[in-house]
Amino acid sequence: MKKLIIYSISLLFSGIILAQEEVEANTKNDTTNLDEIIVLGRRKLSNYRQEKTLSSIDEFLEKSNKITMIKRGNYAWEASLNNMASDRLNITIDGMQIFGACTDKMDPITSYVDVSNLEKVSVGSGQEGTENGHAIGGNIDLQIPKSKYYEAGLKTSVDLGYETNGNYKIGGLDLEYSGDKFYFNTDGIYRKSDNYKAGNNKEVLYSQFEKYNVSLQTGYKFSDYSSLEAHIIYDKATNVGYPALPMDVSLAEALITSVTHNYNNDSTFVKSLETKVYFNTITHIMDDSKRPDVPIRMDMPGWSDTYGFYSKATASLNKHKLLFNFNGFYNKSLAEMTMYPSDSNQPAMFMYTWPDVRTLYTGVYAKDSYALNTNEILSASLRVGFHHNEIAKEVGLESLQIFYPELEANKRRFLKSLSSNYTLKKEKWNYSFGLGYGERAPSVSEGYGFFLYNSFDNYDNIGNPTLKNEKALEANFKVDYKFKTFSIGLESSYFYLMDYIVANINDNFSPMTIGANGVRVYNALDNASIFDVYLNSAYKISNTISANASLGYNYGKGSNNKNLPLIKPISYLAELNYNIKTFNAAIQLEGNGNQSKYSSFYGEDETPKYAVLNLNLGTVFYADNNKVVLKYGVDNILDADYSTYADWNNISRQGRNFYVNMSFVLN
Amino acid sequence: MKLKYILPLLIITLLTVSCTTDDDVTDSVVLSEVDGLTKIQELSNGTHTLELFNTSGQFKTGYNAISIRVKDLATDTYIEDANLSWTPLMQMPAMQHSCPKSTITKAIDKNTVYTGFIIYQMTNIDGSGWTLTLDYSVNGLEYTVTESITVLQNEKQNVSSFMGSDDNKYITALIEPTTPRIAINNLKVGLFKMENMMSFPPVENYSLTLDPRMPGMGNHSSPNNTDLIYNSADQMYYADLSLTMTGYWVLNLKLLNEDDEVLKGEDVTEDHAQSSLYLELEF
Repeated sequence: MKKLIIYSISLLFSGIILAQEEVEANTKNDTTNLDEIIVLGRRKLSNYRQEKTLSSIDEFLEKSNKITMIKRGNYAWEASLNNMASDRLNITIDGMQIFGACTDKMDPITSYVDVSNLEKVSVGSGQEGTENGHAIGGNIDLQIPKSKYYEAGLKTSVDLGYETNGNYKIGGLDLEYSGDKFYFNTDGIYRKSDNYKAGNNKEVLYSQFEKYNVSLQTGYKFSDYSSLEAHIIYDKATNVGYPALPMDVSLAEALITSVTHNYNNDSTFVKSLETKVYFNTITHIMDDSKRPDVPIRMDMPGWSDTYGFYSKATASLNKHKLLFNFNGFYNKSLAEMTMYPSDSNQPAMFMYTWPDVRTLYTGVYAKDSYALNTNEILSASLRVGFHHNEIAKEVGLESLQIFYPELEANKRRFLKSLSSNYTLKKEKWNYSFGLGYGERAPSVSEGYGFFLYNSFDNYDNIGNPTLKNEKALEANFKVDYKFKTFSIGLESSYFYLMDYIVANINDNFSPMTIGANGVRVYNALDNASIFDVYLNSAYKISNTISANASLGYNYGKGSNNKNLPLIKPISYLAELNYNIKTFNAAIQLEGNGNQSKYSSFYGEDETPKYAVLNLNLGTVFYADNNKVVLKYGVDNILDADYSTYADWNNISRQGRNFYVNMSFVLN
Repeated sequence: MKLKYILPLLIITLLTVSCTTDDDVTDSVVLSEVDGLTKIQELSNGTHTLELFNTSGQFKTGYNAISIRVKDLATDTYIEDANLSWTPLMQMPAMQHSCPKSTITKAIDKNTVYTGFIIYQMTNIDGSGWTLTLDYSVNGLEYTVTESITVLQNEKQNVSSFMGSDDNKYITALIEPTTPRIAINNLKVGLFKMENMMSFPPVENYSLTLDPRMPGMGNHSSPNNTDLIYNSADQMYYADLSLTMTGYWVLNLKLLNEDDEVLKGEDVTEDHAQSSLYLELEF
């Protein structure tokens, strides 16, 4: 009997150890399979990255090579991956579909979560990012922490941050309890910033924001194989200024909920089965009451509700590693606009800008990674799905029938996506090559938007429900070479997009917005090409000092022989790091070349070159089991007054900024 | 894909279930022939009372669709085979005039109701000045009744009386849409020529260009409107009117005769915000 107990206990332990190794191995695999995984610093404070522990998701994403953040202000930046922004990306929160409620892209999904909610962000470039849904540019999955049955008891951490530019204050609290069958984690974060100052002490009006975010995650383990988790995020931003836009936001509120069942068993064919049902709801209210001069006062609220599920299974068979994902969602997007004429005898003017569009999607995804030998992996993935749009409001349907008299309320699409990838790993060489084909349905704005004003090009935009699916052929290539302490890598991707969706000027229509240049109607270019190439290098000078540098080039052109908008000019980054156990320092030079290939046709002007210098420092203090992590530094040391190609209407970026982030970890 | 079918099915089932219970109730209600209409006024001559109805219960300037019932005071029943005609008359200080009107016909599918329209082109500030005379025959006997009526000024300009460049006086009035929507609306306009003080026949085969604008918001227009074209079936003018949002709209018009010569109105330009010939609409 004793023996049996000892046996089973040791078996259990070995199981746990095995399982842990499995997790580690998986993570490593993912790192190579996905183009980039950004590990968020707050939970992994020893991470070599020299960032602020309390920087926003947006700031974290911006550090990534392939991601650029499009800025309309100091808050809620819009991610662009492979030079493609939200409509061409699939941005998910732990596999959950969630859609912004703003017709003017003032609330990208990344603005509804905070670093305190997340463990890491995984980025799948192009068709490698279709596990959760269809996309052309790729997927950004904001991942919440995995279950933690560590038996570590109660752990508390407090974070405080202050930045001089904008008088930006941050406070965060994290409480975590983990037992062997039960855990919970709750955290809250609060951020408030006044107007920031651009270079030369120039105040950028309407760049303030205030937000808080709370989340609760809890899990219970029924057995070694099965556990149940619940997760809630509540995020609320108020008084958010958008200096690049004619309107601000008085409320951006999200409730994100999910329940997940996990099944893990190493001895069965299906190694893991994760099933999640979720619901999220967003309310977004634009506001112009703080602007002294507007041609007309207006209210523009928007709502987006999404219900969904996914069921994800992993299995291995001989040398095959299989991944299946069956998912579906139902989204309801509604936005309206009420304008108040200066003549108070006239009634308010009302319209639906998103006519209550319902989207129902159901699809399956399968991926097979086949290890040819210890060095070579060949993988292939496939996603197919049904996509259905319906205009639920009769008023909305009739308003769009002004432009499309034959329009019907329902539109069905069948979407396909496939990709394959070959990876070769040698001692010094790493090599990978991938091909893909993907399709996407038009977004709600592209398909059904009704007089959406775009302040970038000063046109009103009308959706087009007759658009075909946008399609892309894609090739990517990556090579790394390691030479003792020096490594160099080249990565490149090319997208050939067919039926590229873009809004074109239609002279027959008169704009609704006062002062607008005209009306653009969403339409498709026959094709477009987007290309990027990055050269990365790293040099380890000594055990404590290292340097790395990166150079990037991007290109985008449509079949109309016009440059595509929002294509990154030549960019570079150089960084020198010093690292010891309790202290690190980095000095960073980051810049863009002159934007010579700007797209005047799509409302861009030439953005001049810029370069900024940043200094980041970090110190760790230990006391008993507790520790204090201090991150401090100066952004834009030289106080350059600059804007980049991704700054809406050329608003200036932050000037010199001193910051300090403090984290107290109490065990 | 099953979910897609299950959800609507569920809703349909729920709706059908709730509908069936209602049906019995609606069947048992006996509808009056003037249900949904409000009485404007009764005109009486001792023998008969003529009841006038419309949706609002008031006469207003512009187009008025009117329903009439003739009640025999002796038998307290409604007469089903009367022949009616009418003459609205405006008493001005120096003269009197009438206005465009239709003939009166028996309403289709109704036994006791007669319908027609009158277009009052103007009124006094206090609503006074108009009298309405109804001449009618019942079983070969002629009767008449005259009473003064109240015609209120409509808040928006839904009728316009003007002198054309051909020195003729015209009246144009908005008839439909009665309930405008954010959509392509069916626009129906009446156009009449003032031959003399008492005669306002419909004008045939002219046309009116249409340019709807919102002065409250930069005077923007809307897409896919068509010009008003004459329809000989009911002698009215029809067009597609796009209204992209609710609010106050000005329908700028330009009247063209059969030879496409402009009789009244101008194009809307940056410097000329509104045509001299226009109708207004608000919703």
